[in-house]
Amino acid sequence: MKGARVAYFLGLLVALVGFWLGMSGHYTPLLLTLGAVSVAVCLILAYRLDIIDREGAPYVRIIGFALYFPWLMKEIAKANWTVVKACLKAEMDISPALVKVKTACVTDLAKVTFANSITLTPGTVTVEIEGDKMLVHALYEQEAQPEAFDEMDRRSREAADGKRRPA
Amino acid sequence: MSDFLASLPAWWEVIRFPLGAALCLAGGLLCLVGTVGVLRFPDFYTRLHAASITDTSGATLLLLGMAMMAPDWMVVSKLVAIFVFIYLTSPASSHAAANAAHTAGLQPLIGPVSTHDKEGQGS
Repeated sequence: MKGARVAYFLGLLVALVGFWLGMSGHYTPLLLTLGAVSVAVCLILAYRLDIIDREGAPYVRIIGFALYFPWLMKEIAKANWTVVKACLKAEMDISPALVKVKTACVTDLAKVTFANSITLTPGTVTVEIEGDKMLVHALYEQEAQPEAFDEMDRRSREAADGKRRPA
Repeated sequence: MSDFLASLPAWWEVIRFPLGAALCLAGGLLCLVGTVGVLRFPDFYTRLHAASITDTSGATLLLLGMAMMAPDWMVVSKLVAIFVFIYLTSPASSHAAANAAHTAGLQPLIGPVSTHDKEGQGS
């Protein structure tokens, strides 16, 4: 695991340097030095907090997330349209419901990805996570049957954990 | 064809401001719709759904419009950072609010809700 930790460390370093360069826009020696110092302080703090691990630096999975995100955006756009119509209808026809969704995600990162995807999609909010069951509040009961979340579950699992693990 | 390709940057300069302004306007309208939903929906959990329109599509369209009108890539990179942070933090805060309400014992309204039998009676 020593090599993996170095990889996470380097990933965090690259991300922080990239973030600083993207934010600053001033490339004078003084400001670059200050940037290097702040990146170093961040890395030392992260090391002392012991958060340089798979979750603290999930850059290995960035391709998975990059593939997952367009699909999520499409789902968000579709769900937005439903909720916008629900907001503006003269006669309200919502039927809120609490649904229990069972997830096949194993790692915490996959569960968080799945739960956050549900919450990001307008019309559904994850209220509680217990083990592999999630309590989801939905705006329309008929659109929030547990099978409706199966594809999102599968895709967020693949994004966070890779395809190596069968269901 | 090459003339057309060569003229593309010039065209882009012409259309990016109207297009960006239209996207910003659409994003602003969606935020307004989200606010209307927050005011109209009956209970806390349903209002949370309406507020998530503002978080997702409203913010996305606004940031996209601003990115189109941005003077340089520096601004675009900052807008991308804002986008990423909104998409990471807004579900976390929604979940925290919903979870707190649920833990405190607030029962959600369940089943079909209609407003029209109650309206018109007050005042």
